[in-house]
Amino acid sequence: MKAPPAIVGVGCTKVREHWGKSVLDLAVEACLKALEDAGNPDVDAIYLGNAASELMNEQGNLAALLADALALEGIKAVEVRAGDASGSLALHQASMDVTSGSSRAVLACGVEKMTDVMVQEVERVGMLFEDARTTFHSGVTIPGLCAILTRLYMERYGADYEDIILFAVNDHRNAANNPYAQYPFPIDVKAIMGSPLVADPIRLFDTAGIGDGAAAVVLCEPGDARRMSDAPVAILASEVACSRMSLSERDDLLSIRSLRLAADRALEKARVGLKDVDFFEVHNTTSIMGILALEEMGLAGRGEGWKLVKEGQIAIGADWPVNTMGGLKGRGHPWGATGLYQAVEAVWQLRGEAGKNQVDGAEVGLTHNMCGLGSVSCVHVLARWEVVA
Amino acid sequence: MRPLRPVGIVGYGAYVPIYRIKASEIGRLWGHDGCALPIVEKAVAGPDEDMTTIAFEAARYALMRARVNPDEIGAIFIGSESKPYAVKPSGTIVAEALGIGSHLLAADYEFACKAGTEAFQTCIGLVGSGMAKYAMAIGADTAQGRPADDLEYTAASGGAAFVFGLKSKETVAYVEGSCSYATDTADFWRRAGQPYPRHFGRFTGEPAYFRHVITAAKKLMEELGLGPEDFDWAVFHQPNTKFPLKAAKMLGIDRKKLEPGLLVPYIGNTYSGSSPLGLAATLDVAEPGDRILMVSYGSGAGSDAFSFVVQDAIEEKRGLAPPVRAFLERKKYLDYASYARFRGKLLR
Repeated sequence: MKAPPAIVGVGCTKVREHWGKSVLDLAVEACLKALEDAGNPDVDAIYLGNAASELMNEQGNLAALLADALALEGIKAVEVRAGDASGSLALHQASMDVTSGSSRAVLACGVEKMTDVMVQEVERVGMLFEDARTTFHSGVTIPGLCAILTRLYMERYGADYEDIILFAVNDHRNAANNPYAQYPFPIDVKAIMGSPLVADPIRLFDTAGIGDGAAAVVLCEPGDARRMSDAPVAILASEVACSRMSLSERDDLLSIRSLRLAADRALEKARVGLKDVDFFEVHNTTSIMGILALEEMGLAGRGEGWKLVKEGQIAIGADWPVNTMGGLKGRGHPWGATGLYQAVEAVWQLRGEAGKNQVDGAEVGLTHNMCGLGSVSCVHVLARWEVVA
Repeated sequence: MRPLRPVGIVGYGAYVPIYRIKASEIGRLWGHDGCALPIVEKAVAGPDEDMTTIAFEAARYALMRARVNPDEIGAIFIGSESKPYAVKPSGTIVAEALGIGSHLLAADYEFACKAGTEAFQTCIGLVGSGMAKYAMAIGADTAQGRPADDLEYTAASGGAAFVFGLKSKETVAYVEGSCSYATDTADFWRRAGQPYPRHFGRFTGEPAYFRHVITAAKKLMEELGLGPEDFDWAVFHQPNTKFPLKAAKMLGIDRKKLEPGLLVPYIGNTYSGSSPLGLAATLDVAEPGDRILMVSYGSGAGSDAFSFVVQDAIEEKRGLAPPVRAFLERKKYLDYASYARFRGKLLR
């Protein structure tokens, strides 16, 4: 197997309402932190993931703008767009670039500034990543679609909504120890059930909030890894798969096929079994999507994911630690940045820098980021450099 | 900011319309049953009321407490964002109805919800400089909320009036100092010709309300050499129940000190009337020697902070007109249909 690219620097902003910072300010802040963490190397390229800066910030062509702001004139500047999967796809492209030998060191950054527009506009823009013919024009929202899935799941598998939202409770428990999280405090089932109904049965506190943030990593070719970092992290696999975009055209509404395909390919490429993975960062726009992700990856059988959560098996210290720094619900979900927040958090775990949330002896981690309800999924398998060497 | 000569409030008056609509009744219509609502109920102006009638009622009570000859009032300023006329002063309507003489300076102020306290400062300046013997400041509104908008739950009607004069034995509370803080922050606005305001969601919180309220309050305390513990009572602008309580917490002020003036759960956000009504309700219970912190907030955005020290005259004067509590207890509930008719939401 060809030696994998390495992550040698990470950085991110806190996820929050950054009223005083622009989309560019956020990206610059995350990139400068990542570059500093990597010892300020020369980079040959920037891959920038962002979902909707033209629509929400009246600013396009972000990759070139970011390169300009970082005084990196002349480098490759590539923008990657795939809704809320944009961040992981930027990392994927960056990884491919280094793997191909085209670049020696690259920056991958994900950024989203969502608070420049009203909530209703965020909802509208979010639906533009779905099939306009079957979905956007129907007027349904992502929480609305999640409500359909939740109801079907409850009916088919006999789970209660109170069981399902334990996924969000797990997120918040972990976010409480993440200084970069948007909601760094625990919540319980009662608090979620007491929050406003968004789309029956989905409650407000079961949905990922609206927030601003940016995260970035510096990648380098394997030969430079040890020179640039004391604790490089290997990208063992970076795989992308798409599936039927409209829920109405899927064979099974409760299956995220793009995730299955991307995860299978990634684990095979990484030559890692599911049991070898020490922690998982999954894409939970609402609790139901987190539970379906557990089932899709094979952590639990069909209809059994909620039991895994209820039995506490996704907590840190249990068999399958999930969303160890808070996930989309606790850390926050600034669309195009989420995939890179997952990568940054995975690097913290693999370096042993996750503080109170450290997964003991973490050597291999898996991250899953997707667009909407799984039109595109991107899975990364990351590992301590020692695992490769 | 302090006047050259000490100035105080010689009379105050409040008015809240009799009608109420419960937030749950509004929520029932728009499908928000069972959700946490920002207030319990709000006051609604009746079909024969507008901002000037509310201002008049409050001003009448203020004059009763002030015990001054209306002719000696040299200026009247009304702060409001719901003036019945786009062009035609409201102050002249109220002044003439009160019997105030015509050698009068009159103007209407607009600064979203803090226009009333700007009127305070103008009056303090005029009296303190000797340009007027007495001056009257009124904050009153019949605020508008677009149907189904978050603001519809809170936009309410009410007002309070204050007569300022040089500090004397007639003073119920004198002004220790005032401090303002204003920036160009577009959190809430209503363009000319539009019936309802627009707002920028959660932007109205941290960078708007809290930034301005906290900055003005801290600067005032710094200038006066006072700390949060030096105030016996505090009144903040009250757009909902949560914001003033959070502001108090941020400043280290015990929530008990807010209680007498925290009217928003029961009458809603009376906009320019909000913090002035809170001050009136606090004066209703304060004792001589008590110090009151008052901080208004107006979108757009700015805050005026004041420190008042209550004087002996309060004990005699507070009984000369109805207390705010009397208006809170006097109420008739409306259903949404009647509310819609009273507030002119139905076209005939």
